[in-house]
Parts: sequence; structure tokens; C-alpha cells
Amino acid sequence: MTATVTEPSSGDGDARGPLDARTAAGPEPAGPSGPSGPAKESGPPGAPDAFDRDVLPAPKGASLRLLGSLLRPLRPRVAVAALLLLLQQAAVQAGPLLVAYAIDRAVPALRGGDGGPLAAVAAGYAVCALSSGGLQYAFVRAAARVNQSVLLELRGRIYRHAQVLSVDFHDRYTSGRLISRATTDVEALRELLDEGLQELLGVILSVVYICSVLLWLDLGLGGAALLSFVPLLLIVRNFRRRSMRVYRRKSTATAAMIVKFVETMNGIRPVQAFRRERAGEAEFGRLNDRHLRFNGDAILEMARYVVSSRLVANTALAAIVLWGAYRVASGSLELGVLAAAAMYLRRLYDPIDRLGMFLNSYQGAAASLEKIAGLLAQAPGVPEPEHPRRLPPPSGGRPGRAVVFEGVRFAYRTGGEVLPRFDLEIPAGQTVAVVGSTGAGKSTLAKLLARFYDPTAGRVLLDGADLRELATPELRRGVVMVTQEAFLFSGTVADNIAIGRPEASREEIERAARAIGAHDFIAALPEGYDTDVRKRGGRISAGQRQLVAFARALLADPAVLILDEATSSLDIPGERAVQRAMDTVLRGRTAVVIAHRLSTVEIADRVLVMEAGRVVEDGSPAELVAGDGRFAGLHRAWRDSLA
Amino acid sequence: MSATAASPPRPGPPHPEPGGPGPGPGAPAGPAPAGERSRSAVRSLLRLWPFVRPVRARLFTAAFVAILASCLGLVIPLILKWIVDGPIAARDTGGVWLGGALLLAVGVLEAALFGLRRWLVARPLAGVEASMRAALFRHLQRLPVAFHDRWASGQLLSRATGDLHLIRIFLAFPLTFLLVNGTTIVVGFAVLLSQEWTLGLVLLAPVAPLVVFCSLFETKFSLQARRAQDQIGDLTTVVEEAVLGIRIIKGFGRHRSQARAFRELSRRLLGTELRKARLLAGIWAVITALPELAIGAALVWGTVQVADGELSAGTLVAFLTTALALRWPVESIGFLIAMSNESATAADRYFEVLDEPVPPDVLATERTSPAPRGEAGDVRDGLRLTGVVFRHPDTPPEAPPVLDGVDLHIRSGETMALVGATGSGKTTLTALIPRLHEVTSGRITLDGRDIAAMSREELRSLVAVAFEEATLFSASVRENVLMGAVESTVEDSAGGPAGGPAQEDLARALRVAQAEEFTAALPQGLDTQVGEQGLSLSGGQRQRLALARAVVGRPRFLVLDDPLSALDVRTEALVEAALREVLAGTTALVVAHRPSTVLLADRVALLSRGRIAAVGTHAELLRSSAEYRHLMSGEQYERHERYEEER
Repeated sequence: MTATVTEPSSGDGDARGPLDARTAAGPEPAGPSGPSGPAKESGPPGAPDAFDRDVLPAPKGASLRLLGSLLRPLRPRVAVAALLLLLQQAAVQAGPLLVAYAIDRAVPALRGGDGGPLAAVAAGYAVCALSSGGLQYAFVRAAARVNQSVLLELRGRIYRHAQVLSVDFHDRYTSGRLISRATTDVEALRELLDEGLQELLGVILSVVYICSVLLWLDLGLGGAALLSFVPLLLIVRNFRRRSMRVYRRKSTATAAMIVKFVETMNGIRPVQAFRRERAGEAEFGRLNDRHLRFNGDAILEMARYVVSSRLVANTALAAIVLWGAYRVASGSLELGVLAAAAMYLRRLYDPIDRLGMFLNSYQGAAASLEKIAGLLAQAPGVPEPEHPRRLPPPSGGRPGRAVVFEGVRFAYRTGGEVLPRFDLEIPAGQTVAVVGSTGAGKSTLAKLLARFYDPTAGRVLLDGADLRELATPELRRGVVMVTQEAFLFSGTVADNIAIGRPEASREEIERAARAIGAHDFIAALPEGYDTDVRKRGGRISAGQRQLVAFARALLADPAVLILDEATSSLDIPGERAVQRAMDTVLRGRTAVVIAHRLSTVEIADRVLVMEAGRVVEDGSPAELVAGDGRFAGLHRAWRDSLA
Repeated sequence: MSATAASPPRPGPPHPEPGGPGPGPGAPAGPAPAGERSRSAVRSLLRLWPFVRPVRARLFTAAFVAILASCLGLVIPLILKWIVDGPIAARDTGGVWLGGALLLAVGVLEAALFGLRRWLVARPLAGVEASMRAALFRHLQRLPVAFHDRWASGQLLSRATGDLHLIRIFLAFPLTFLLVNGTTIVVGFAVLLSQEWTLGLVLLAPVAPLVVFCSLFETKFSLQARRAQDQIGDLTTVVEEAVLGIRIIKGFGRHRSQARAFRELSRRLLGTELRKARLLAGIWAVITALPELAIGAALVWGTVQVADGELSAGTLVAFLTTALALRWPVESIGFLIAMSNESATAADRYFEVLDEPVPPDVLATERTSPAPRGEAGDVRDGLRLTGVVFRHPDTPPEAPPVLDGVDLHIRSGETMALVGATGSGKTTLTALIPRLHEVTSGRITLDGRDIAAMSREELRSLVAVAFEEATLFSASVRENVLMGAVESTVEDSAGGPAGGPAQEDLARALRVAQAEEFTAALPQGLDTQVGEQGLSLSGGQRQRLALARAVVGRPRFLVLDDPLSALDVRTEALVEAALREVLAGTTALVVAHRPSTVLLADRVALLSRGRIAAVGTHAELLRSSAEYRHLMSGEQYERHERYEEER
């Protein structure tokens, strides 16, 4: 099981993951402003960024519209549930009415020897009791069906949307936030739907019923009960306002505390190695105290609400009963009516405490819904084609495909240009190394080719076909990208390699692993290829993970392979194995290799040196080394380092 | 002289086995037999006492106040009865006023008492929650790295937040209200029975079946609830992976298979939730219908008695109102017990972590060291590892240890590079020196002193480390670097630019790590917030700051784990040049993957199959060791790839 944070007071969950919204920059999907460049080293983004906050800009009323769109397909079910609740409350609230009837009618009738009214009371009560139970059963099930369908759909939408959004969005929004949208925020909504909403509806309905019955029984008593709602509503409003303030302060305090906690636990090595325990404790103590104070404030706010509402309710009860009793004594009201009124009043004021709790969970859920709506309002940056076309069959019997950047330009919507307009042709089967300092635009070039981004102008062609016109499966048969971060999915090592080609046999998987030199370490794991990477004993180092990622790419056997700093965690033998594999298994494929180590460059047919978004040198490694350009300088430095 | 000390591996210091594997994080706690469970639940909850003790007076007072308030609620029907049978029957309008006043007084008192109860416990219980959390944090910081390797931070966090929240709620409500409602039920039924025992019995009838139904329900429901919880966990895993691995999913176009897994899990969760709802619906139906039936029966029977004149109308009214007032206490018992069980589980989860023993600070008494021990400061023996064996505490005993008798001597002032194949245990070895992991056997000495005989505090002030994964904390650049300075405390690192030597050290460290330029270009320079809540830096920038942190305190011993892996060629060359100065003045162990890093060192040790296979200069080892040549140049040895032939 994974680490699900179960902080019940919803809305605190944003700290589940890294909070940095600027992990990497990329093109702006919809936000009003963007960072100054993709170069992480090029300095900080200047303008405040929408991605720093959890709530993404969304059109006004997006939350409500989202809720509406979730409920619309369920309209018949919602109607049935509402009807059931209506009937159920009617059955429940009939009880005191029967008491009044029994005292005022059945008793005199019985004294007169007529058992009819009493029989009616008995039958009525039995019917009400049984039907209220039955209706309750039906309602809870109907409501659960609606609630769970809404949650299912919502989870699915978040998941699907997250998959559709561009890689760049993920870079900027950060995984922690996205995960907390799909978990904590959905959980907050679940709490509201499960516990809050049906209760609120029940409370509202019972208030309406009770007030109408009281009015019907006696206009005066009913009017008085209605009047008592004026101060009650004022108290509720006041509570809402005050608790919202406290609540917000509290969730900020919680978030700060959680961040400190997670950061310390994740960084326990440096914490202990640099003896930061005491300093960390002092800092955590401060945050914990602040949380304690606001937590106490929140609890006291609730107490204040409960006391004042109870005070009003009890006063109203006393006053109404007094008035009723006075009238019974003076003969203008029947005793049974008074008894029924007393019982109804007790029921009327009972759920007020729970209303406070509901309001709290409502606030959390509303905030969560707003965050989710903001996420779902993001337009995907890389849309699927409407009329996908197919790639032509590979020409000339070679497995590689030709890549053409045709008048491509890439810039942020806000104007920061990363790649000025350029043309580039990579013939089928060529291995191209791209070098340059951090921030020169190498990764952007690679991501354009992998269609993680779309160019601002111009087009990227694969054997003459615009990448934008290819459906995802078609595109991924053509282009595969291996990145620096080698993430392993839960499952076995074999499963992880098979992501490259799910239908591959075990033999093919092992062959790919052997080709990249990963077979030995995999075979040495407790259960070999069947070792679960998340279980104990499945300790896999960064270098080994990267080898698995390569095996994946070998298995996928793409026409174009992109390696984006994919060898950074490998030691020299690992790097060599990759080079050998490219020379053998991947021979004939088109390859684009980005590396800050020049060893990889040796196998390239061609080197592109990039600077500030432009290709400044282009030629075979031998040519460039022989020249006196930047590459020659870099190469000399590298040669020296090998000594 | 060879670096390998010839002494045979000695049995190491008594090494405390960090308590058995235990139920690992996330291991579902199987449902125990009901009887045993309730006993163990009580036991779990009793363990909260030390934390509750400081606020016990308030807690007990609050409970007493709550009982008082609850019983006052039972007085209201009696006043009603008195009004109906007394002033109303007598047509005494003046008496009615008295009744009304009484009702008002009781009502106000009840509200005030409930308020008092909440006020009494609000801050103290929040305090209990906070003190438990602080205790957990303190404990976790001192638990060994091996523990943290086993436990995901999310699991720990859920104990520090969700579980503690549940425990506070338990102390505030179920604990009090089990007592209060129990008392209320007893008092209430006593009142009912004393007024008219036949009617009382009619009302009492559904209590037993209700309690039975509730407890039956609770058993079934908690099973489904746990299943739902697990399924939500699985779903979360899929979501997390889909987000964390988005580049791979997109890169290989694997949306469909992931989405299928997600859909299937969601469907399964839906099924469980609906089963849960069916159970809930059933118990609600019973809870609604049964008491209503009893009240209906009491009404009919009471009406007959009133008609016969055996019962006053007022008594009947009082009866029915009391019965209404008792509904919540009776219904709540089942849920209060369920909440208590949940809290007991939460307490177990909390104590599971808190019970994890912190290994003793000093593991061994000083033993005679190989070098003659004179004045401690004079002994310049350097760093010596003797027969060091290390096995991860949670691996089965038959598995081969990661390090199996490492002997290595780094002379004082010398820099030793550590080279080995991926997964050979280089990083593990570096973690043993600051005692982030404890050796399984063998020993490590610093200038002749056994590190097991030092306090961790002292040891770690002597040794500075730069880790492969450079972690920055949510603090300013300055604070992050100065963390490595020996005498740095929160005050002087938080108090803005520290003057004097700290400032100089900082500048020097940043220069060594080639971090001056980029840190100066940050929006607030050295005061720019970085880490999770601040500006995020590139891998290379983070690595340079971590390096600066390691060298800022001019440590006697320096351990660097592949400190330059994320740097580009040019920066790497600059850092290397500056680092040489620092290394000249310390005893250092540097894990290296590449020749360029190896060249920082005076000598190189080759780690292979858990032992030091060879020690010598780079040139010597290139000549003498095939494995070293393989690691440094990629040159083939022993095996040949057969892939090509197979294809």
C-alpha cells in the first residue's frame, strides 16, 4: 500500500509532495505568466507564477459547473434519492402527530368505549416505523450509488486529464500537487457527500416538515418556532465567517508542519550527518505550537457555536412550551397538541450541532472542488489529431526514419523565445549528438521531436508526416525517448522492461536486458526478473534503474531513439554497454543523443553544438575536433580529464 | 605499506538488532477475534495515559460536567410532566410560569455545561495531540537510517497527522461519551421504570437487539471499510505512478494499459463502497425502525392506561419525551465503540513507530587501538576500517552481506578514491563512517579512536558528508550551506548574514563548489529560499551546494559520494581544481565513477564482492587490475556479450 495521508481535516493535503512548482520550465499551457526560460540555470523566473499556487486559474463558477456535469447523467437516480428522502422524512415526522391524535382523540374515544382511533394510532405508528426504516434503507443505498458514481467519474476525469496534459504541465504543476488533487481532494469531497450532504438534506427537510406540521397544528406555535430561526441563522452565519478564518489559518499551519515533517524524513541522511536534529526539533516545535494554537482556536470556535445555538434552542423551547402550556391551561389549546409540539421542538433543534460539523467539512470540500475544477480546466497542450494518419512504410529497408524540423520556432506564450526559427534535417539511420551548456535548448529540441511539446511555428516531420497528425500509438512506434529520470513502476523487473513492448516474451525481455548489460544484476536479485521492485530486497540503484530504462527502449525497438541525459547515472561500463547496444541492436535507427559527457559523442555520426537556442556548430565529430570551435575546446577538456 | 591491516576480522561491538521485522508499513492488520480485539483495543488505548496524564484533571472534570449536562436533559421531560399534570390540569396559569422558568433555567444550564465541557478540553487535548506529535518527530529524527529506508515518509506522516487527529477526537468524544451516554441510559431507564415499569419495559425491549445488531454490523462493516481503504491505497499507487512516470507512459505511448488498470481498480472500489453502503443502509433501517416501533407500542399501551385512568397524561408525555431523549445515547453506543476501535488502531500505528528502539549512542567502550594512544590530538592514524561486515538489518540471514570484511586504511591527510561496479556497496560503505548505518561486525577508527565508542554527535562533528542525492532543505541558500559548519545553530544561521569567520567559510565553500556565480544571480542571492517550498535548482546546482555544505566546516574527515556526477565537463574541471585545495588538508574518502574524479585522490581502493580487492594509485591499478580497467575504461574482461550472435 502506498503512503496515503489521512489527515481528516481536508484541504491540508497539498504538502503531500514536493511543493516546488518550478521544477523545470517549459511552454506555458494556459497560465497568465511564465518563467523566463527553460534554462534552469538561467536564473529565477521573475513574474509570480500561477503554478505556485494550488488553485489554477479557472473560469468563475467552474466548481459548480463541474459538480453539475458530474450529476447530470445521474439525474434519474438523484430524483429517486430525493423522493425517497422526502417520503422517509414524512414517515419519521408523523410520530408526534400520532401522539397528539392519541392523547386528544383516542383517549376520549377509548373512555367512550370506541377502540377505533387507538387501533388507527397503532396501525399508523407501525406503518410509519416500518416504512421509515424501509425508506431509510432504500435512500442510503440510492444516495451511495449517486455519491460513488460521482466520485468514480471524478477520479477518472482527473486521471484521464492528467494523462492528456502535456509533460510541460507536469513539470510545472509538480507530481505532489497532482497526486493530492486525485487523493486528498477527492477524499474531502467523499467525506462531504457521504457524511455531510445527505445529512444536510435530511436536516433541511425535517426543519421544513416540522415547521409546516407545527404551523398546521397551531399557527401561533409554528410561527414562534419559525421566529426562533432568525437568531439561529445569524449564529450559523457568524460561525461560518469566523470558522472560515480560523480554518484557513489552521490549514496553512498544518501544511507548513507537514512540509517540515516530510522534508526531514526524506532528508534524514543529511539531517543526521550534519547533526540537525536539535535545530530541526526546535523548528518543528515552533510549527507544531502554531498548529496547536490554531487547532485550539478551531475547536473553541466550534464550542462557541454549539453553546450559543443550544442556548437559543433551549430558550426557544422553554418559551414556546411556556406559551403553549399557558394556552392549554386557559383552554385555547389542546394538551395533545402541546405534547406533540414539545416533541417536535426537541427534534427540530437536535441537528444544529451536526450542522456545524457539516459546515466545516463543506468548507474543506468546496476548497478541494475549486482546486480540482482548476486542474480540469487546463487545456491539454498537445492535442490528439482529429484525423490521424499513418506513417509510410519504412523506406529502403532501413529501420530508421528521417526527421525534419521545418521552420521550427519555439517560444512561451508570454514571449520568452527558447528556440529561434531553425531548420534541421536528420537522415534516416543517423546518430546525432547534441551538446551545449545547460539551458542551450537541447532538451527542448528533444521534447519537440518526442512531441512532448508542439512547436510555436513550423512543423516536425517524421518521414514526411507531421507529428501532430500521428495518433499516439503510431507516434510511439516511431519515436521513443529515454530520460535522465528512470522511474520504475510497481511490479516485477520484467514488467518494467515489458513497458517497452507489452506483448514481448520473457526471452525477448531477457535478451534486451543482456544487450544492455543489465542481466547480471537482475539475475542476482532475490527472484531474478520476477523481483518486485517495490518490495524489500528489490533495492535497485540509480544506475541500475537507468539500465532497466534502456532495456525498455531496446525492447520497444523504435525507428527514432532520443536519449536525454540518459547515461548520467551510469558508470563507464554501463555507458559502454549502451554505446555497444546502439551500435548493434539499434544499428540503423535514427538516434538523437543529449549528454553532458562527451564519451557518448564518440559513437555519433554527427554533432550539433547548441548555444542559446541556436545550433552553432554542425559536423562529424572528427571535423569538429579538428577545428577550433567550441566543441574542439570541450573535447580537449574532456580528453584531459580522462588522463 | 599496504592499506589493508592484517588483523583478522574481530567480532564487532554488540550490535542491537533493531527489533524484529514486525508488521511492515502498510501490512494490513488482520482482523482479530472480537474478544481479543476489544481487550487489546483497551490495552492500546491505555498506553495513551502518559500523554493524557498532564491534562487528567481537566479531562475528568469535563466528563463529570458532561454527565451532569446529559442528566439535566432528562429533567426536561419531568418538568413537562409536572406542567401537564400540575398547573395545566389545575388550570393554574401562574403555575405555568413557574414551569416555564424552570424549563428555561434547565435549558440554559444544560447549554452552559456543554459549553464548559468543550472549553475545558479544547486546548488541553490539542496540546496532547501536539505533544504526541512532537514526541514522534523527536523519536523519528533519532531512529537509524535503516528504519527510514524501510518506512516511506508518507506512512510516517499519516501517523503524525491522521492517526493523532483520530486519537484527539477519541479523547474528546468517544471516551467521554461512552461514559456519559452509558450513565444517561441507566439514569434514563431508571426514571422510566420508576414512573411506570410496564411502559418502561416496553421501551427497554429494543435495547438488547439494537446493541447486538450494532456490534454485528460493526464487525462486518469494519472489514469492508478496511478493504475499501486498501483499495483506495492501490488506486493511489496507480495515480502516483501515472503521475511520476508520466514521461515514460507518454514516451512509450502506454496510456491505455495504465488507464485499464485504473479503471479496473476504480470499479472494484465502487463495488466495495456499494457493499459498505448496503450494510450501512441495513443498520440505519434497524436503528430507525426498532425504536419507533417500541415508542409506538408504548404510545398505544400508555393511551390505554391513560384512558383507564391508571396513568396521567403528563406521565405519558414525559415518557415519550424521555424515550426520544434516550434514542441518541442508545444508538450512539455502537458507533462510539467503532470509533474507539479505530482509535485503538491509530494508537497501535503510532506506538508501532514510537516503540522502535533508538540504538544506544555509544556502542562500545574504547578499546586499545592499533596506533599507540598518547595525547588524543596527536594521534594521526587517519581513517581505518578493519574487518567491516555489513548486512542490511532486514535481509534474510542467509543472503550474502553487502560488505564482507572490508579492510582499508586512509592515512591522515590522504585522499582515497573508492571505485567499484554499480551495486558493489560503495554508498553503503560511506554511510558506515558517520554511523548512518551501524557495522554488522568489524570496526572503524578515526585517528585511532573506535567510532562505536564515540557519541554520534561527536563523530558527526568530525566527519562531513556529501551525498549522491543532494538534498536541500526549505531554507535559504546560506542556511543550507552553513548547516555543515560545526558551531552553526539555528540562531546564527537564521539571523541573516552572520559576520566574521562564518562569512569567510561560507565564501570559501561556495568558491570551492563553484557556486558563487549562480547563487549570486539568485533573486535574493544567498538569502533565496530553496528546497521544497522555495526556488527549485537544477541537479548540478544542488550538488554544488551539497558539496559546499560538506566543506564549509573544514572537517577533519570528508566523505564524498560521487560529488561531481551531475556537473558538466567544464564546471567539473573547475570544481576539481578548487577541491584539490580542500582535500589537501583533510582525510577524505571519495566515491568515484570516472577517471576525472579518481584523479582527485592520492590512491584508489577497488571494492569488489564486498571486499577491498586492490589498493594503489590510478596508474598502478590500471596496470594490475583487469576489473579496474574495465570500470575505468569500459574495456571488456571475463565475459563477452553474446547478444549479437543470439540475434
